[in-house]
Amino acid sequence: MKVALKNVNLIHPEQKIDEKNVSILLTDGIISKISKLSKEDLDGAKELDLENKYVVPGFFDMHVHLREPGREDKETVETGCNSAANGGFTAVACMPNTEPAIDSAEVVNFIKEKASAHLVDVYPVGAATLNREGEVIAPMAELYEAGVVGFSDDGIAVKSASVLRRALEYASMYNVPIIEHCEDESLAGGAMNEGVNSTMLGLPPVPAVSEDIIVGRDILMAEYTGGKIHIAHISTATAVEMVRQAKKKNLPVTAEVTPHHFTLIDDAAKSYDANTKMSPPLRTRKDVDAMLEGLKDGTIDVIASDHAPHAIEEKEAEFQYAPNGIVGLETEVALTLSELYHKKILTLEQVIEKLSINPRKICNIPVPKFEVGESANFTILDLNLVWTVDIKEFKSKSKNSPFDKRLLTGKSVGVINKRKLFYYDEMISI
Amino acid sequence: MPLSSRHLLGLQSVPKEDIQLILDTAHTFREILERPIKKVPTLQGKTIVNLFYESSTRTRISFELAEKRLSADTVNFSISESSVSKGETFKDTMRNIEAMKVDMVVARHGAAGVPLFLTNICDANIINAGDGIHEHPTQALLDMYSIRQKLGKLEGLKVCIVGDVAHSRVALSNIFGLITMGAKVSVCGPSTMIPRYIQKLGVEVIHNIDEAIQENNVLNVLRIQLERKAKEYFPSIREYAKYFGITQERLDKNGKDILLLHPGPINRGVELSSEVADGSNQIILYQVTNGVAVRMAVLYLLGTLN
Repeated sequence: MKVALKNVNLIHPEQKIDEKNVSILLTDGIISKISKLSKEDLDGAKELDLENKYVVPGFFDMHVHLREPGREDKETVETGCNSAANGGFTAVACMPNTEPAIDSAEVVNFIKEKASAHLVDVYPVGAATLNREGEVIAPMAELYEAGVVGFSDDGIAVKSASVLRRALEYASMYNVPIIEHCEDESLAGGAMNEGVNSTMLGLPPVPAVSEDIIVGRDILMAEYTGGKIHIAHISTATAVEMVRQAKKKNLPVTAEVTPHHFTLIDDAAKSYDANTKMSPPLRTRKDVDAMLEGLKDGTIDVIASDHAPHAIEEKEAEFQYAPNGIVGLETEVALTLSELYHKKILTLEQVIEKLSINPRKICNIPVPKFEVGESANFTILDLNLVWTVDIKEFKSKSKNSPFDKRLLTGKSVGVINKRKLFYYDEMISI
Repeated sequence: MPLSSRHLLGLQSVPKEDIQLILDTAHTFREILERPIKKVPTLQGKTIVNLFYESSTRTRISFELAEKRLSADTVNFSISESSVSKGETFKDTMRNIEAMKVDMVVARHGAAGVPLFLTNICDANIINAGDGIHEHPTQALLDMYSIRQKLGKLEGLKVCIVGDVAHSRVALSNIFGLITMGAKVSVCGPSTMIPRYIQKLGVEVIHNIDEAIQENNVLNVLRIQLERKAKEYFPSIREYAKYFGITQERLDKNGKDILLLHPGPINRGVELSSEVADGSNQIILYQVTNGVAVRMAVLYLLGTLN
């Protein structure tokens, strides 16, 4: 089937492409022409007029929880992929805290099989240790061969420095990162960021230093082993500064931030709405400013959602007993455009780097190319669309979001990958 | 003049006029408690549920007596949090209770924020009887009433809250209420038991109990919750008693008539020596009596608001 994307603005920072008002012809999902299209080209083609829209390399969220296997009541691979496509992603990396954990090739294959027919590419992240218990490293070679793109005990950090050392050494044979949820267990365990708000709300506090300690440990261990550390959902000003210094020393350290950590502060917990409860917790204005600075100067490489769907009854609960996390995939791109692009923190090129190019480089996944003969892997953006978040319209099985009813500017209106087009809420094979 | 809110969730944002009204109203009920027949028909026909997710015999009995003396119909619902987690959610439980048409809910729960949550899911007046380590407003109101009765005022008084401030709902409610009423508030305890950012609430931090005794008119001494995690926050009970426990010797040495409050139950020999617990500075049982009057005042003012 032929598809003609007409009058698009085409941007690909890595290929130095920035063209206005061009047209692209896809034949059976392959780019067959980038230029003005002739009458003959358009003959029999499905035409999409994308005037004022931007076509960019498909976005990749390297930190999502798909919940399958184990908690299919919250999300499945299929509903998670639908959520990703709706949010503007053509690929996700899913975290291993499933039941059972992703610590064997069987579970990797199970997830890949579930995702095989979907538009969205799903790259599992393997557990760093068996059953994420922090005692023995997982069968990393087997997991790597089965297709994982990194290792993590996400939900918690790799428990001890000695096990982390082994994990880094072992993973470095395959040049894949250890993705760390940086939190010192002995200092954590609270419900919100430690500060005057936690005191006034009577909620058990999590101090920022619980994150900083593990970020520090991990950077030292990356330096010591030469293995790649990727700091997941960074949230404190001190941690950003430590990553900045590590990068100055050219250490193999990268970092990601979630939209909620660059948008919201711990004031949000005043409602005792468990949709504002996450791990790491929402921090202070000073920390948010550090996130923005880190995004701007490149200290923070990646924007990732930490998409964490939970059942309604779990979140409609006492704040301190409710589980952590929010549905992130369907507001991530729009929050990035609203809070970073439109507020001139990042250029569109930088947005694309952090949502598409950098995460793929960290996970050793080829970046989609805009060249004739390449498969079409695109995200289509309407930068100026003003819309209101409505959790009822989420494709995710869960609706736990603190951004319901929030007015945003900019949105992904479509994605193309694996010979499928998802455009304005409609999925078609091309 | 009525109260400005139809719930009592905490004292954080309760205006001075409301606190004044509650304390003045409590005073009239205090007189009723001295009568041979301690019952008035004020809340006849009103149904009040005492919803206790944490066992608290004293607070529950105090509320129950207050309710009965106002002629309300009361139902006690005591349940442990662990049994709730199986199946029915807290919200389901509340919706069920509300469906039985109750007018007021007195709630005690181990998690902060539950009273606020209740206001979103049911129409009854909600009274917080203690939520996690957040607030316990009626305790602070009865403390303030007791102080006002004994010392004639609150404004300008120096009040120190002693003990495990970090894990105390009594402390936070007292801090908010006393500051609103113009008292000067400090906290005293081991630094591990003082929340890191407490000064931002406008209180002074002291780590020396002798200094606390010398510089204040009132000490409100908290219970060290030996059964809880509190033990992790100090080396031993012996050390706590030695450096933060209030003994007669300490009171004599710092030589003055200080008023001692304690929300109970006391740990004799820990935060108060037995001599002090039975001595002339303390007003522990007076607080308990006032507790009924203050709770009557709160129930009356909220129950007749609509």
